[in-house]
Amino acid sequence: MTALNVHIQEKVFANGLCALSDLQFETRQGQFTAIVGPSGAGKTTLLNIIAGLDGEFSGTLTPAGRKLHMGFMFQEARLLPWLTVQQNLELVIGALPTHAQPALLKKAPELLHEVGLQGFSDAFPRQLSIGMQRRVSLLRAFIIQPELLLMDEPFQSLDEPTADQLRQLLLKLWQETRSSVVFVTHNLREALALADRILFLSVRPAKVILDYTIECARPRQTHDDEVNRIHHELLQTHPELLSGAIEQRIIDR
Amino acid sequence: METLPGVKQLPVRTLGLLALLSAWQLLAWLLQSDLLPTPLAVLGSLQQHIFEGELMSHLGITLLRVFTSFLIAMLIGSAVGILMGSQRQWDHWLDGLLILGLNVPALVTIILCYIWFGLTEVAAVLAVAVNKIPTVIVAVREGARAIDRELLKVAQVYRLPARTTFFKVYLPQLYPYLFGAARNGLALIWKIVLVVELLGRSNGVGFQLGSFFQFFDIQSILAYTFAFVIIILMIESWLMRPLENRLNRWRA
Repeated sequence: MTALNVHIQEKVFANGLCALSDLQFETRQGQFTAIVGPSGAGKTTLLNIIAGLDGEFSGTLTPAGRKLHMGFMFQEARLLPWLTVQQNLELVIGALPTHAQPALLKKAPELLHEVGLQGFSDAFPRQLSIGMQRRVSLLRAFIIQPELLLMDEPFQSLDEPTADQLRQLLLKLWQETRSSVVFVTHNLREALALADRILFLSVRPAKVILDYTIECARPRQTHDDEVNRIHHELLQTHPELLSGAIEQRIIDR
Repeated sequence: METLPGVKQLPVRTLGLLALLSAWQLLAWLLQSDLLPTPLAVLGSLQQHIFEGELMSHLGITLLRVFTSFLIAMLIGSAVGILMGSQRQWDHWLDGLLILGLNVPALVTIILCYIWFGLTEVAAVLAVAVNKIPTVIVAVREGARAIDRELLKVAQVYRLPARTTFFKVYLPQLYPYLFGAARNGLALIWKIVLVVELLGRSNGVGFQLGSFFQFFDIQSILAYTFAFVIIILMIESWLMRPLENRLNRWRA
């Protein structure tokens, strides 16, 4: 079953800059799709369109962004600082239909335990470490059991061990809920470790230049042999990717 | 029971007040003039006004006027401030009026209100509110301009209802500004209410002070001022501070 069908003819910013052009793809229900592209390619713009935050583009999006029941993980944790962990979770649950709320609220302590935050439900975000804040943010995205989960480079700017922990946690929660995931990153290894499938975007104006399905079974790590092999193979067979994602990643470092 | 936050700082504050009182006592002693009664005499007069006079009822009426106009000013000022801070066109349109409002002398507004609406309670409260609204607008507009749009996006993607978005995501960002406005607001409103009462009401602290002025009854004037200061200190330490601490808990 198709979870999401994106066909963007053109997205032009007010200043005349063309961010996306003829970009189209489909995702299946429950699929983990990674979108890899160089910095500034318009990945965040694409997510904003899917999320319904940005409606000014030509093309079609089904289901329309505003109709989807979705979770979103931003580049930072972006919790509400004046609400406790528990209240932050209650806030998003409160937006769901009333009959769905009690069951989800009851699950909160269990989930907090699962992500290692037992005992922190009454803490304010400021009292938590960066990694813990991300975990709350991850939980916030999953606790509403979204049909679609959008993630905008959620683990960048974290140290590698913390990022790795969060990736494992993400996979675990995903396997429990089977939400469709669209995960944006400029880190190819991260995409290889997580996703079922990778869409490579070109430099601006972005379109999909390669749709790659990862055959190798999970669990995978960002630096295990299997990922190393695919990584190497991909760059050999598709040297054009070097101009995009990979090169940019080296510059970023 | 928790100790009230105001209580902890009490010793230091009391010390400052005691120093002032002693200086006053000393000066009154040296001058030996009717124009400067000693603190003790004022305290006696205060006691007399409370138990034998009408201080409590006048104080009550004044307090009621203060709170009514304070509420009106905060509500209208916040609404307009949010509007101007978030919508550029409104900011352009109303900015001139705002500057006018900030600069019209309080006395002018009071006199005009009394002339146009008669010597009534409504005119009195309105005059005070109109004086205060512009400063609330300025403070809240500043806050509305500093709103973190990224947090509003969270509300948007998680489809929070407008009400929840306003009270849980938007308004908490304005609290510091609202508190600033409320603090300055009370201070300003006290002062204006007294003038309003002096000019056109037949009760309240302002009216009483006017009467005492005619008799050069300095002792009573100071006694009323005393009562006033006590009330303000109580509001500050038992209402404003605890509330502020509570709302700022997450910053700790």
